[in-house]
Parts: sequence; structure tokens; C-alpha cells
Amino acid sequence: MMASPTNSILIIGGQLMDGTDGAPRTTAVLVRDGRVAALGEAAEAATADRVVNATGCVVTPGFVDLSCNLREPGNGQKGNIASETRAAARGGFTTVCASPQTSPVNDSGAVTHLIRDVAAARSAIRVLPVGAVTRGLEGDMLSDMAGLRAAGCVALGNGSLPVRNARILRRCMAYARTFDITLMFSPENQALAADGYAHDGVVAARLGLLGIPEVAETSAVMEMLLLAEETGVRLHLSQLSSARSVAMVADARARGVAVTADVAMHQLLFTEDALAGFDSRYHVRPPLRTEADRQGLLAGVRDGVISAIVSQHQPHDSAAKQAPIGHTEPGLSTVESVLSMGLILVERGELTLAQLVGALSHGPATVIGGDSRLAEGAVADLCVFDPQATWQPDDASLLSAGRHVPLPGRALPGVVRLTLCDGRIAWEQPAG
Amino acid sequence: MTAQDSPSRSLQLTRDGQLKHFLTLDGLDRSLLTDILDTADSFIEVGERSIKKVPLLRGRTVVNLFFESSTRTRSTFELAAKRLSADVLNLDISTSATSKGESLSDTLLNLEAMASDMFVVRHAQSGAPHFIAESVTPGVAIINAGDGRHAHPTQAMLDMLTIRQRKGSFEGLRVGIVGDILHSRVARSQICALNTLGAAEVRVIAPATLLPQDAESLGCKVEYDMARGMKDLDVVIMLRLQRERMEGALLPSEREFYRLYGLSQDKLALARPDCIVMHPGPINRGVEIESAVADGPQSVILNQVTNGIAVRMAVMSMAMGGQMAERSQRQAEGERA
Repeated sequence: MMASPTNSILIIGGQLMDGTDGAPRTTAVLVRDGRVAALGEAAEAATADRVVNATGCVVTPGFVDLSCNLREPGNGQKGNIASETRAAARGGFTTVCASPQTSPVNDSGAVTHLIRDVAAARSAIRVLPVGAVTRGLEGDMLSDMAGLRAAGCVALGNGSLPVRNARILRRCMAYARTFDITLMFSPENQALAADGYAHDGVVAARLGLLGIPEVAETSAVMEMLLLAEETGVRLHLSQLSSARSVAMVADARARGVAVTADVAMHQLLFTEDALAGFDSRYHVRPPLRTEADRQGLLAGVRDGVISAIVSQHQPHDSAAKQAPIGHTEPGLSTVESVLSMGLILVERGELTLAQLVGALSHGPATVIGGDSRLAEGAVADLCVFDPQATWQPDDASLLSAGRHVPLPGRALPGVVRLTLCDGRIAWEQPAG
Repeated sequence: MTAQDSPSRSLQLTRDGQLKHFLTLDGLDRSLLTDILDTADSFIEVGERSIKKVPLLRGRTVVNLFFESSTRTRSTFELAAKRLSADVLNLDISTSATSKGESLSDTLLNLEAMASDMFVVRHAQSGAPHFIAESVTPGVAIINAGDGRHAHPTQAMLDMLTIRQRKGSFEGLRVGIVGDILHSRVARSQICALNTLGAAEVRVIAPATLLPQDAESLGCKVEYDMARGMKDLDVVIMLRLQRERMEGALLPSEREFYRLYGLSQDKLALARPDCIVMHPGPINRGVEIESAVADGPQSVILNQVTNGIAVRMAVMSMAMGGQMAERSQRQAEGERA
């Protein structure tokens, strides 16, 4: 990993929140040789190469993103590992799980190694590849799952593409179960989603948009939960968009199914109303649904049924978004503004700061078998942000190649001052 | 988090509330719709003169940009523009640029180089005219001639003109719209217009497969049974049924559709005796309407065609007026600055 060679950094005056239930406390953090060397008084007493005054800031574990599209290999016009991980570091992320939906698809150890090699050379943060569960993501034949895991894939999934049918899905799960591999799926029944690109509700009815009904998601969630229960695979449902899906996951967990779930941050902030005026920026998949769905998703985060909030970062070239909405590609460029969107929810009282930090760090870390808590001896992945400071996402300031950010031109709360990955500076907000 | 209030309204009106684009009826108030109808009324007289021209758009270039083919709508727009003395260019894009892979944005850049003043746009994608209105140079008016399933506002307004001519006003009117509401841009615009103009009730009559999700949210009552739906209607509007609907498993057969939802003389007899019959055309005789009804005394289908030219003249001249007002406002502000 490429980063500034500072051996020890002392962060003082910040409020430490470790993403678990512990109350925030003002604590010094000493980082040395890539680890958290000391906390509290022991840290304050130490000397360091660099002292960072974090007064007014929150110090948290580095954020972990379970769903990030880096567009490399193959889609250089939309972004690449260097540009998108730099943007992620600015967003406070120290770990991003890279979608298998690249060109070529990450369905072999060779592609996994390529991604890891490029990341080692050009990324200041951790890139954990998610492999393809079916060859070419075509949904028909199993990929070399054990080989992908051995090459470094942290989980396997099928990107935003469907597995052909329930029989193949069941076999994917049974095979993954054999090797204790976590599967990540975005639940969507393709036949029901058909050519849709917006929630099949009042806005689609009024604007004449092609709808994706809620049942396209809920029927897929139910099928996956039943198959996971039967096969015993560890299942992670990516990017839920409906309140009923959350209820079904809660039920399955209550009866002991090994299922976790995440939600994209924009699903917690926006509804189908964002498409009024045919704003293709908010054309995302799954689609933004109703206010009741948004409330159900928020409740899912609050009570832990949804353990992670993800960026679902999808950078695009401008042509992909410059067309009548039905001809545009889905996805927002979000990785730089996830924290800000979350802080808006905190300002409104819809999430607590601890819930937000937990769903961005500890929650997703546990899904991929990690532990992000900041304790003495832990790997020094951390983020220092000022929740009061504001910034404005505009083209000139963005690091991602994707310019289609949510809430453009608005002053957003939350500026990440410093991101450390392995104790090295992955992002530092320029002074002034 | 919701976006701004009624984004369509702010896009198609000047600061003073004048029309500058005509994209949708959603967000336009009753007085503006009434203005359009009154202006159209005044243009009907022009069509009756021996010299059928007024000089309102003299020296202006109107481009008919049809990404979807259409004979009738395009020719009435063309006639309307010519009666306003504009120069007219017809571009049938469905067979040219975009099918060669050129993006809509690139096509527009090329067309703007022709210094046109108005684009009349028909496109298969809902929202395409909005997209164009947001991307064109200020000063160019966009008129929606039908976009996807979203809106066909000039068609709806000419239907409103026909209703007003026959019924005098919209107060107390019960209007039924029968058939494929789901895919119909005409129905969406008609529902919007009827509600804004104060109709007492708008009913949509169709099987569930031809209705959008949350259809009532459009501002109408849903009726599955045609006999119940026809009761007390003052106006019945039949929509065209596309043959593809059978293949998509939305309907079993044309025969069954006609039996249940086709407008026969028997069914028409269930409505009020002075109920008028409308159809945006082209009609499928024996699929959605019986010939004897289409050609019968209650049918106003041909009046609709005549009114189309007058309404399009009204909308084109009003939008050009709005653009001109905004242009002089911009110039005045430029001089002050």
C-alpha cells in the first residue's frame, strides 16, 4: 500500500466512538507501526512524530464498505482503483469490498490477483475483492469458489445480476456452504423487475416510468432465505429497499438463519419522490421506494437487523447519466458523501451517531469476519471527522470520476480530516 | 428527502407564470389551461378564413423532432406552425441519427446549430422532452408531442376543447376513460386536465393488468366493470388498444377485450343520453369501439382532429411568447449588470 511514511501519530482531543455501544469519550489515540499503540492517558504521555489536534472531531474505526464499484479492470471511463479508493479514503473508508462486476468479471484467481496487485500499487486503503459466484456472472455455472477464496476473495456474489433459477441458486449455496464461504446477493426477481427502472408506485404512475414492483425484491428475499435456511450457507443480502424485506430478514434471524443484510445510504435518505422531474441522478437499483419503506429500513438499522450501511458507489461517465431517464444507467457516485448523508439522518434524529458509526464500521466488518474495534494492539484503521464542518460536493472538488453525486450544490455536514489505514495517512483534508 | 416542489412547473413557466415550454399539464393551474382553450378558440376562426395564416411566428424556425413515427400528430403540428407563419423542418429521427448510435445529447447539439426557435418532440422514453428542455440553449421552446407513457398534453387539451364546445363547461361532468390506461400518455394528461379544470369525477375503466400501480393516485376512480363504469357518464373516452398487449400476457384476446370493454351501442346506452364519445385515434373498429358508435351521432371523434390544429397553434404561440418575454428580461438584466 502506498502512503505517507509516518511512523507514529498522536491524535488528541477527539471524541472516540468505536462503533459498538460504548459511549463516546474524549481520548488520545497513539498510532505506531501500523497499530493502535496506546489509548487515553498512556497515549497522552507518549511522544510522536506527528500530533493531530482533533478537538471538535469524532475519532472512529475506519469505515468498511461492503459494496463499492471501483470499475477496474475494464471500465476506465467510469473510474479506476486509484481514483475510487482515493475518493473512498476521503469519505473515511479504510476497507472497500470491490464488486465482481468488472470486465473481465472477477470469476477467477487471476482477476482477483490483478485487482489485489493494482490495489497494492495504487490504493492507500484496503481493497477486498468480492468474487463472482457464477462464471462470468452469467448465473448458469458455478465459478471456482474455493479457488477464488484462496486467491483472496472475501465473499462471493453475483453483482447486480440474477442467478438463472432457484435450482442453480440452491447449488451455489450448497457448494459455498461446503467451504464456509459467505454469499452476497442483491435480491431481485428478474421476471418481475423486467424493464423497470423506478419503484412501481405513485411517482412511476404519474410520470409514466416503467416500474419495478416491491414484490420483485420481497419474493427474491423469501426464496433466498428459504434456500439459505435449507443449505445452511452464510447469506448476506445486499442493498435492501423495502420494509417488508427487513421484516422477513428479522423473522429468519429469529429462527436462527445465518443471514445478515445491508442497505445503501441513499435508501435511508431519499424516496421515489426524488425522481420527480425525471431526475436521472436518482435512478438507482434497487429503486428508491416509499416513505414507509425508508422508515422500515431506518428501523432495521436502529435495531440491528440491517448490520451495515453501504455506499453502493457506482461512478459513471457523464454520458451514462445524460439521457432520458429510461436510457440512463443506474447508480449514484456516493463514496465521498456517505458520511454526510448519515450525519443528515443524525441531525434529524433518525439515527444516533453511534448507530451511524456502528453501521459504517463494526457492523460491516463482522459480516466479512473482521473486527474493527479500536483497542490497544488493533490495526490502526481509523477516521477522524468534524461533524460540524460542511463541504459542498461540486465537480472540481470531487475525487471520484463519477460526478453524479447526491445533493449537488448543497452544503453537507461532515468533513473527514484524516483517514489512517494500517497507521498510514490515506487521506488528510488540506489545511485552509 | 424529497426534491423540490413540482419541478415540472418551474421548468415550463417563466418567473411571471407564462408558458415557455409545454411538457406536461401536471403543475399548470386552471387559469393557464383556460387561457390555452380560449386562445385555441380564437384560432379556430383562422382555419375558417380563405387565407389561413397569422404572422405570430413569422421568421421563427420550428423543428418537428419525431423520434417515434406519427403521421397525424406531426401533420397537425406542421399545419399549426405554418398557419402561424413559421418555417418548419420535419425530422424523422426514428430512421436516422439515433438508430446509428448517436446519443440524444449529440443529436441536439447538431440541431441547435440550425438556430431553431422551437422543438416539437415526440419520443418513446417518458421524460425525454424534460431532458431536452433542461439541456437546450435558453430561448428555445420545447413542445411535448408525446413522450413514452408520460404525457401527451396537446392531445389532452384538444380533447378538453372538444368537451368544452359540447358541454359548455367542466362543472359537474363525469368522464370515463376506457382501456389501456397503463401504457397511455394520453390518459395521464387527460386525467390531469380534467381534474384541474374542475370535472366532478374521472373514472378509469379497465382490467387490473391495464392499470398502473396506485392508479387512484392519478386523481381518478377505478372501475373494473364497464356497465357500472358507464353509468351517468357525460363523456366517454376510448383509448387505442395495441396488439402487443396480448403477447405480454396483459389480455387474453381482442375478442374478450371487446366483449368486456369495447364500446358498443348497448354499453353506450348505459351512459347519459347526451354522453359524447371521444377517441384520440387512430381507432380500431371492432376492438375498442363498434363502428356504429364511432360514426354515430354521439361521436365527436372528427371534431377532435379539427381542434388539434387550433390547440397546437395556441400552445406554440404562447410558449414562444414566454420565451420572448424571458429573452427581453435577460437582456434588460444584462444591461443593468
